[in-house]
Amino acid sequence: MRHRGPHLLGVLLVLVISLALVVITMAGATQRTTAAPPKLIVGILHIGSVTDGGYNQAHAEGIRYMQRTLPQVEVIEVENIPEGADAERVMESMVQRGARLIIAASFGYLDPALNVAKRHPDVKFEHPSGYKLAPNLGTYWANTQDGFYLMGMAAGKMTKTHKAGFVVALPVSFFLANVNAFHLGARSVDPQFETRVVFTGTFLDPGKEATAANALLDQGADVMAMIVDSPITVVQVAERRGAYSVGYHYVGVQKFAPKGWISGLAFNWGPLYVRFARAVMDGTWKSESIYGSVASDYLIIAPFGTAVPASVVRQVSASKQAMIGGQLRVFAGPIKDNRGVVRVAEGQILTDQDFGRMDWLAEGVVGQPR
Amino acid sequence: MSVPFLESVLLGAILSGTPLLYAALGEVIEERAGIVNLGLEGVMLMGAVTSFAITVQTGSAALGVLAGATAGSLFNLILALLVVTRRANQLASGLALMFFGVGLSALLGAPYIGSRIAGLNPLEIPTLAHLPYLGALFRSDILVYLAMPAAALVWWGLFRTRWGLSLRAVGENPTAAYAAGYSPRAIQYQALFIAGLFGGIAGAELSIGIAKTWAEWMTAGRGFIAVALVIFSRWHPLRTVWGAVLFGGAVALQLQLQARGASVSPFLLDTLPYLLSLGVVLIWAGGRHHAAPASLGRVFEGTE
Repeated sequence: MRHRGPHLLGVLLVLVISLALVVITMAGATQRTTAAPPKLIVGILHIGSVTDGGYNQAHAEGIRYMQRTLPQVEVIEVENIPEGADAERVMESMVQRGARLIIAASFGYLDPALNVAKRHPDVKFEHPSGYKLAPNLGTYWANTQDGFYLMGMAAGKMTKTHKAGFVVALPVSFFLANVNAFHLGARSVDPQFETRVVFTGTFLDPGKEATAANALLDQGADVMAMIVDSPITVVQVAERRGAYSVGYHYVGVQKFAPKGWISGLAFNWGPLYVRFARAVMDGTWKSESIYGSVASDYLIIAPFGTAVPASVVRQVSASKQAMIGGQLRVFAGPIKDNRGVVRVAEGQILTDQDFGRMDWLAEGVVGQPR
Repeated sequence: MSVPFLESVLLGAILSGTPLLYAALGEVIEERAGIVNLGLEGVMLMGAVTSFAITVQTGSAALGVLAGATAGSLFNLILALLVVTRRANQLASGLALMFFGVGLSALLGAPYIGSRIAGLNPLEIPTLAHLPYLGALFRSDILVYLAMPAAALVWWGLFRTRWGLSLRAVGENPTAAYAAGYSPRAIQYQALFIAGLFGGIAGAELSIGIAKTWAEWMTAGRGFIAVALVIFSRWHPLRTVWGAVLFGGAVALQLQLQARGASVSPFLLDTLPYLLSLGVVLIWAGGRHHAAPASLGRVFEGTE
């Protein structure tokens, strides 16, 4: 029996789908916050969600800070933009809507941003962790290794099993440098400290991150650290199993670990974004590659948890001052890798330029870098 | 302090395998009724996001599971509308359903990212929880305990009830089933509704059981792996248990090997679950008896 004529269910389906499309379009539309006549429109695009408790939230909070400090600035902000052609299209539309400063807040936005920048020389672009510049595109990032060294020190003071677990997305050079720095920091206070690394192969798979964290805790680790987009899963698993955790990217993640939180390395992009916006407004903006350190106001050590004794906090602060003063260098030789090969000779010091080529894990780190 | 290797791998296998098992059970029911659902990924995501949101709102993980299952089945009815009522192509409709689920769940879940929940807590079974090697199994959440009974229930439903017989008849030959007095469309609707429940529960286990967080596309391909597991287990609900445990176990094993410092490249280890599945399919593929429902994927045009 064939039904003829308009079918009720079919009509219903069309209704549901069009409703969903409307909802999606409305939600996808950018949020504009209007204040007086704007002196500058800033566009920012995020790869993920601005409430991820991690990488994206750190950028979003930076923009909030800029809005509070400079109320005359209007913001066009969009989340969940895939890297590639979509990003280019979104940036193009931001330019059409009057944006004169665009923050392309994901690593993979670099090439799309360079393309759009070439077409619009009057618009300024900023890209975090980029390795290319253009006359109207600057980059900004910071040395995270010093910070991870300090976190490692705190972990080395807190651990009882002398073991940390590190959940890392991919074995890329800068991440390996972070893991090594963490481990060297821990070994500076606990010579038998061991860091075990698991690579999940992806930046966002909470199910796999939970399994990886459990595997590391099963190996006796009592401190967990991570380099994935959202630290929430690993921090929560650690807390449930009574282990300590060290966060990354965003300070707010400590609410997930009221007992086991040690501290974290976090980006506080606000002051930097204020400087970018001001520079564009008074015409002093110039294309440069900004590379900060623990001395910068935008790379911060998150507040320490209640479990951390004051003596540890003091020791970490003293080391931070020694780094700023230049007396303490993280990658000062001799350093061997975990196969016994000397990677940094006696008297040699690795610097920021060397981290991009790092393909080894330090002695005492359990893990395969390749 | 450290947990023995076997126990750790076993627990990891159960943990990674449970969402896969629920999803695969749902897919078995659908495919036995003649419908391939490539939108399972989207169904799981709808279950995951709904259960997380409801758990945040009400604080009750039980309500969360219930809501997730309901959302999964309602969402799956969209597929029923497309392929049963409108007789659309099953593969295309399934893929459309997947993308719709990915987008809609991301939209619905956005306000809940970063929320904190207690989620499904482990229920410790006295004495059993302290067994050597197996102890960790008895400190799992309720959905883990119910997974294998669920497989048995699906087996019983499909192979020991009249309804199951009619469902399988529709999957083999809908025209004959119609001639025998069954309504293929009604049965396919029922199959998709129940399959959606399972898909929704699979998502709930992932978001409020394992990860206790919501992230966009957090299923990360598990829906497709579940579809493959159904083929792997040759459309039999009890064999899906082995498939899910094997695949989940391979994931757990590779992470565990890394944590123990095995000297194998992490890239190679990451392919281990897929290599293992390929190997098993290769070995099993020789069987003469191919169990795919005869009318799987075909559009029932009616009997005019």
